[in-house]
Amino acid sequence: MNQALPTLTLKDFASDQEVRWCPGCGDYAILKTIQKLMPRLDTPKENQVFVSGIGCSSRFPYYMNTFGFHTIHGRAPAIATGVKLANPELDVWVITGDGDGFSIGGNHMMHVIRRNVDLNILLFNNEIYGLTKGQYSPTSQVGTRSPSSPTGSIDSPLSPCLVALGSGSTFISRSIDTEAKHLTEVVKRGHDHRGASFIEILQNCPIYNDGIFEQVKDKKIAPDFRVELSHGQPIIFGKESEKGITLNRDSLELEVVSVAGNEGKLLVHDETHKIQAQLLATMTGPDFPVAVGVIYREEKTSFVEDSQELVQKARIEKSSLKSLLHSGHTWEVK
Amino acid sequence: MELAEEKLDEHHLDKNEVVDVVVRFAGDSGDGMQLTGSNFTQATALYGNDLSTFPDFPAEIRAPVGATFGVSAFQIYFGAEDVTTAGDAVDVLVAMNPAALVTNIGNLVTGGLIIVDSGAFTAKNLSKAKYESHPLEDGSLAAYRILNIDIHKQVLAAVEPFGLSHKEALRCKNMWTLGLVMWLFDRDRSATIESLQTKFASKPAIADSNIAALNAGHIYGETADLPAGIHVYKVPKAKVSPGIYRNVTGTQALAWGLVAGSEMADIDLLFASYPITPASNLLHELTNLKEFRVNTFQAEDEIAAVCAAIGGSFAGSLGITSSAGPGIALKAEGIALAAASELPLIVVNTQRGGPSTGLPTKTEQSDYNMALFGRHGDTPIPVIAASTSIDCFDVAMEAVRIATKYMTPVMLLSDGYLANAAEPWKIPAVDSLPSFPVKHYDDPTEFKPSIRNEETLARVWAKPGTPGLEHRIGGIERSYDTGDISYDPDNHQKMTNLRKAKVDGIASDIPLQEVCYGNSSGRLAVVGWGSTFGAIHQAVKRAVAEGLDVSHIQVRYLAPMPSNLGELLANFDAVIVPEMNSGQFIRTIRSEFLICADGVNKVAGQPFKIGEILAAIHEKYQELD
Repeated sequence: MNQALPTLTLKDFASDQEVRWCPGCGDYAILKTIQKLMPRLDTPKENQVFVSGIGCSSRFPYYMNTFGFHTIHGRAPAIATGVKLANPELDVWVITGDGDGFSIGGNHMMHVIRRNVDLNILLFNNEIYGLTKGQYSPTSQVGTRSPSSPTGSIDSPLSPCLVALGSGSTFISRSIDTEAKHLTEVVKRGHDHRGASFIEILQNCPIYNDGIFEQVKDKKIAPDFRVELSHGQPIIFGKESEKGITLNRDSLELEVVSVAGNEGKLLVHDETHKIQAQLLATMTGPDFPVAVGVIYREEKTSFVEDSQELVQKARIEKSSLKSLLHSGHTWEVK
Repeated sequence: MELAEEKLDEHHLDKNEVVDVVVRFAGDSGDGMQLTGSNFTQATALYGNDLSTFPDFPAEIRAPVGATFGVSAFQIYFGAEDVTTAGDAVDVLVAMNPAALVTNIGNLVTGGLIIVDSGAFTAKNLSKAKYESHPLEDGSLAAYRILNIDIHKQVLAAVEPFGLSHKEALRCKNMWTLGLVMWLFDRDRSATIESLQTKFASKPAIADSNIAALNAGHIYGETADLPAGIHVYKVPKAKVSPGIYRNVTGTQALAWGLVAGSEMADIDLLFASYPITPASNLLHELTNLKEFRVNTFQAEDEIAAVCAAIGGSFAGSLGITSSAGPGIALKAEGIALAAASELPLIVVNTQRGGPSTGLPTKTEQSDYNMALFGRHGDTPIPVIAASTSIDCFDVAMEAVRIATKYMTPVMLLSDGYLANAAEPWKIPAVDSLPSFPVKHYDDPTEFKPSIRNEETLARVWAKPGTPGLEHRIGGIERSYDTGDISYDPDNHQKMTNLRKAKVDGIASDIPLQEVCYGNSSGRLAVVGWGSTFGAIHQAVKRAVAEGLDVSHIQVRYLAPMPSNLGELLANFDAVIVPEMNSGQFIRTIRSEFLICADGVNKVAGQPFKIGEILAAIHEKYQELD
């Protein structure tokens, strides 16, 4: 086990398959970031497993030169749970989208999170159905015009990070497809976390929902519309870092204030504070900046560790098939 | 064919020695009838009779006391000859209350014995059972022998020294009754006493009271002045081959067969399941067997269960999932994924009455069509069926062998009757079990996930964690040559043909179909599958004893079928196919072999009776003459 891992590069993690996403898709940037991150992780290449469901994002495993399983719609968390239970040594990734992970597969997502199965879950959220040609998704904003909602969608969207929080998540984070450096660090931290790491990646679909995250992505205006969280640091944003967040202790609501004059009152990010995590995950524009970074984390044993413990306990004493078949009442006929 | 009106056998309780007897314990679901029955079964097995049991309980966990829909029954058929069903008609009925009497009297033979607890025949209970007059007083039971005892009173007296509350004391009445029935058939109480001591190890007063009640019931039989015609009946021991025996339910045998399969295949099992009646007990059994190479996972739903099993198989364990009809329906997409990605998987279907929620605690064979044809796409998978509780052991091992050797999902059909019914099992020698070790692929030289065994057509099992074998699989059609995604029309045809050829090819790796009873050609063949075995076996045996030329063929391998089955059936002038559905397997028999077969169908939530099959044999035979 102490043998040094061979030095690998991005290329070692790129498969020989032609990438077939649309030109300009945010998925390209995410793929490159993950391929580049792989050599930095302390896991042998043969132990990396990417499991996906159905949708544009779920093609991801085909492009990774690792073990991969492109499965059925919404079920990647369940299949990944089986993979991890069968071999806890593996580093198991779930690649999913807003439709796959929160519509058809919402149930599995909720349970894999509450069990704290040791998986790295990457949710590519583009707020639209891509592969089925542009229908609104469970994260689409009300009024989204699509082939199935020509006059605008009428269902309210859900917030993936809040669902994760409500499901008892021990690691919730958010990043952006094209912010390679930020995404790398968030994914790296998720990977190192014990249990289910939930990572929402805001991803642009240039064909069916182009520009939906422009405010948080456009370098010119993004500083005013997103805030990068850093544990132990005051929550500040804006081009000149002139704005900050405070908590109104009477209304239990967050407020945007100017840093000047409020230095001592600014909310300091505490990744382990669940109530604060909820407030931060809820923030949306235009009144509030969108929080990116690690929103919440909690130390807890993972489901697979607990399951292994039960198995190990049961196996302390050796049993034989013969003794099993002869257990309880038996009688001999001569 | 229409099911014939059944005729109940004449009673045979006049003699002191009887060849076989059917006893049915019936009471409220809280009366402990299942426990009573299983203890009586134990004692009967130890006595040396052959036996078969049929626990028949309601879906309600604790129905209102005294309600007819809350009656829970346990039937045991035991005797000196081979016993393969739980019996057609009841010789001795134990009715713990009026509801148990009214719901079970219809199946009692004329002259049969009724043991009733008169203490439970209150006006309130009589009205709940919709009796207009008191059945013990109005002469309506004149055709039967009646042992009318105030068991309430007897039990309270017997357990009085142990200081239980009134309610706790009355809970011992099932053991009092058991003691009486044990006296009636000369059974030894020591195994029951031992099991009560173990069960209530932490509550000595409860254990002592139950034992006292058991003994008191027995003493009552010995000493009380009983009505004429009620005495100890001797049931001669069955002639059985030497060996070590135990009782086993289908669920236990299935669980142990999977464990044995894992040992013989030298592979870990990942059993993922979602609770559903009557399949949940398999999860309960296996979760207690983690000292073997078993891990279990209670998933959030049926779909997650099959998917976790598939994930386990991808990672190198054998994934197994289990459910009943409605749950299997939910798993269909996952099963097709396992077929497309060519991963091993076992799907156990403990069939129950349908459609929809149907009859959750009752038995049926109506998922044959779903097992064979219930998937999208052109998706063949092997299907095998267990025919008796003990057969579940062999069939489970066989499912492990086929799934791992052919890298395919396998559907294993059991049913609610087999799952709960117990029968004596001659424990096999572990050394004699066939081994079929699995080897995961590990050669990185020119590795492709599409490398396959030329003989079996099975794809390699290349598990994550093996250096140099990194590859991707999935539900999209893959190239025959490389295993990469392929939308090529010719390739899809080739892969479709391959999937069919792989499953069809299993026919050369299974035993030829044998005739279980009778000649391999002749006038009439009775062809069954699954749990109809017991009733067909007895009916055919009786028909042959009457001089009829009838044979019994029970098919284990439903897909692919044994290669000689068509030829074998063609040797008979006529074929009848009893099924607990409205005619599913028979369609395959007709369409595959182009023979004219008649169905004998029963969809009542209850197993076939011997008499029903025998009547169908007679009817068909008359047509032939």
